[in-house]
Amino acid sequence: MIGELLAAVLQLVLVGLGAPLLIGIVRTLKARLVGRRGPSPWQPYADLRKLLGKERVVSTTTSWIFAVTPTVLAATMLVSALIVPLVISRPALGFAGNVIVLMYLFLVGAFFLALAGLDAGSAFGGMGSSREVAVAALAEPTIALAVFALAMRAGTINLGGVVERVSADPWLALAPGHLLAFAAFFIVMLAETGRLPVDNPATHLELTMIHEAMVLEYSGPDLAIVEWAAAMKLFLFMSLLANLFFPWGVPTDAGVATLAVGAIVLAAKLTVLAGLLAVMETAMAKLRLFRVPELLAGSFALALLSVTSMFLLR
Amino acid sequence: MTIVTYVLATVVGLAAGFAGVGGMLGVGMSWRLPALLPLGGVSLVLDPLAGVFLAMIGFAAVPASLYALGDPRQARRGRGAYLLFVGAMAVVPLAGNALTFLLAWELMSLASYMLVVHDREAREAIRAAWVYAVMTHAGVVCLIAGMLLLGTWAGSFEVDAWRVAAPGLAAGSRNLVWTLLALGFAVKAGVVPLHVWLPLAHPAAPSHVSALMSGVMIKLGVYGLIRISLDWLGDGPLWWGAVILLAGAVSAMVGVLSAIVDRDLKRVLAFSSIENVGIILIGLGAGVLYHAAGLPALAVIGLTAALYHAVNHTAFKTLLFLGAGAVVHATGTRDMEALGGLIKRMPWTTACFLSGAVAAAALPPLNGFVSEWLTFQALLQNLLIEQPAVNLVFALGIAALALTGGLAVACFVRAFGISFLAVPRSDASAQAHEVPRAPRLAMTMLAVTCLALGLGVTVIVPALARVGTDLVGVVGTLALGDALVLDVSGNFASLSVPVIAVALALAGLGVFGGLVVTGRGRARPYETWSCGRMLQTPRMEYTATAFANPFKRVFDFFYRPVQQIDIAAHPASRLFVQRIDYANPTRSLFDDWLYRPLLAGVNRGVRVVRVLQSGSANLYLTYILLALLVMLVFA
Repeated sequence: MIGELLAAVLQLVLVGLGAPLLIGIVRTLKARLVGRRGPSPWQPYADLRKLLGKERVVSTTTSWIFAVTPTVLAATMLVSALIVPLVISRPALGFAGNVIVLMYLFLVGAFFLALAGLDAGSAFGGMGSSREVAVAALAEPTIALAVFALAMRAGTINLGGVVERVSADPWLALAPGHLLAFAAFFIVMLAETGRLPVDNPATHLELTMIHEAMVLEYSGPDLAIVEWAAAMKLFLFMSLLANLFFPWGVPTDAGVATLAVGAIVLAAKLTVLAGLLAVMETAMAKLRLFRVPELLAGSFALALLSVTSMFLLR
Repeated sequence: MTIVTYVLATVVGLAAGFAGVGGMLGVGMSWRLPALLPLGGVSLVLDPLAGVFLAMIGFAAVPASLYALGDPRQARRGRGAYLLFVGAMAVVPLAGNALTFLLAWELMSLASYMLVVHDREAREAIRAAWVYAVMTHAGVVCLIAGMLLLGTWAGSFEVDAWRVAAPGLAAGSRNLVWTLLALGFAVKAGVVPLHVWLPLAHPAAPSHVSALMSGVMIKLGVYGLIRISLDWLGDGPLWWGAVILLAGAVSAMVGVLSAIVDRDLKRVLAFSSIENVGIILIGLGAGVLYHAAGLPALAVIGLTAALYHAVNHTAFKTLLFLGAGAVVHATGTRDMEALGGLIKRMPWTTACFLSGAVAAAALPPLNGFVSEWLTFQALLQNLLIEQPAVNLVFALGIAALALTGGLAVACFVRAFGISFLAVPRSDASAQAHEVPRAPRLAMTMLAVTCLALGLGVTVIVPALARVGTDLVGVVGTLALGDALVLDVSGNFASLSVPVIAVALALAGLGVFGGLVVTGRGRARPYETWSCGRMLQTPRMEYTATAFANPFKRVFDFFYRPVQQIDIAAHPASRLFVQRIDYANPTRSLFDDWLYRPLLAGVNRGVRVVRVLQSGSANLYLTYILLALLVMLVFA
């Protein structure tokens, strides 16, 4: 019981406090890859601290929707942090929800953020909202089919069950169907968390951006929370990729030592994924918005192939 | 008199609702009056499945009638038809023989026709009612044909006799009857491509009627599909389920895609009803497939998901239509491009509409999410059927359901965000005012119901699963664990909506409390930033049309949008532009490729037949003589 509590606290702390670091690591790696020195990986913490200290300016056009959205967004991410298996295969709220629940919890955040984008009545916010929900909607079928592919193997779609099933048979993670589903899910991760080639997290040119356009009206502490939640979303998605598709080394019981091992293993996997992300973002240019659906259709095709291969190889 | 009518409708609704709950819980009743009418007379039977639908009808009629009471003058016209409509709908699920069923069905259709055409001045309403009348009667023809055939082959027009006789019928005749009846029910349920009447008729009716038509009436089509696929006709082949599942997947996607681009708030909701019927049918199709494949325990899960989504859709769609009605009442328009800013002028309506929108977008912890989750769980277990073709049908169902879920979020962000947020786009919207107390009460009741149906999953699912068990004859693998957890098929999947809701609330309180405690809750009001422009006008806002544009481009093979630009220049020089008209309408696939060729064919056929009708009485007498001779020869 105490071990599980410890695991829950550890997961919250890892996601809540570790998320900015992950963003920082990706940024530093990207800078190094293009030959810049780049900021320190701890820079996002300084950014958040600065934003938290600033004044909050709220447009008079907005309503309570705009005011509650950062809170709703952060809350969905914190709850997801207790569902995703990070340092233990069955975290505190693992029983209460599975991948489908996660998928819809992320949509809750997207829903409110998109409404907040419309709330200020500027064209930028609306443009960002419209694009964000379009990308999110097109990513859903891929997620569902990738989940289906996993469920077929594991005989369950409870995250803990999937993790334990593949842990028990480590070579399963290298089965073709599994790898195809991983590739599909990776592309979806890029789209859902606003990374290149779908959205450019570094841009502030209004006409090309999605996420940044939507949150344009936020300032000060509100912006800090929105940015923090975005970082948590990236952290959660990457952890899902790491632990769901390659669940090697995820502990099943909650002892101090095993949790520590779990945390170290997770950190190692996330570093590898962050490197992969940095390389991809450096090597690729942003796609035109109306080419993004083709990318997502590609990921859907991968997921469908994965599912079909599992039908045939069962 | 108006008030009496609607109070009476409320009472009828309450009575039907409680009777329905009783029926759901296993209180059986049957009531026969064989002498009343020919062909078996009137026969009413209450069983669990009928109970679910009776409860839906009853409990939806209560808020709808209450809403009408808020504006008796508006609701005066058509009050008799309304009462008849509610009463006839309540009889449909209870009907125990063909005659009762068809009679109640036709009364329901006629009463709703009267209500659609209530605004006799509007050309739009007249056209809507005309299309509705034609489509619904085409459906009734299929139903009558199917029931007459079934009655003849089974030797009786009683439903009980059908159940006994159906397994003995030839496969071909059962398939024929199923196809006919399924077509008839699909028209009423608004299944694509038989849905064309729905987006016309539902917005044309007064809002409390649209609420019932979308919330309940189309569900009776689903009710019929459940009856023919699992009950009246005995065990069916696999393809019945596959057809239902695929029809559901197509309806869900077509419905939501059409909803995303429409500007008329009520029509958006009507299209969303098509989408939700699609989702219900995906669950039902999965159930029927599992049943045919010899996995009745899984069939119960699919059926439970379908029933649950039907109940949930009734709650949130009734709420949304009443909310849209309140908007129309306050602003006089349904055009989203003329709305906006209502959140500050109609806070109560806005909050209720938002909860309906969250439920309709299937977001946790409200009810729409829970039934969609259960539908997913029903679909994801299809590997137990070892036939790749069937698995592929399921995989397409899963993908369609997920895409629908994502697009529904987009659709309701747009419907709510454009209509209720930001700056009013017209004077009517700027001068809107909150609606009276009765409609507000009606909407609040429904918003609370949406929350309760989501949180109460551990009460509702077992009750609905019992209904499924009653139909299929096997207990489903849905179990309740500790901490209000719903377990699907042992370890396959689990969900606890209350835990998620509480966790969300706590996390939100934590974040918000943190901000307030550290003194970061205060805000400086200022204007919206827009590249240094001087003042903010509604014309700077994103429009509903612009919001839908990415979808129009991505799915252009479906929308087939056309651009029409008309530039009027000054006569002296074409450089002085006086006026630019721009339109970017979409074209209906179904009108162009199905209905227009079909109607053209009918017209050609009629022209050929018209040769017979010369107007000469002598010729007609000859026809009669010929017909008599032919009959004598063959008799």
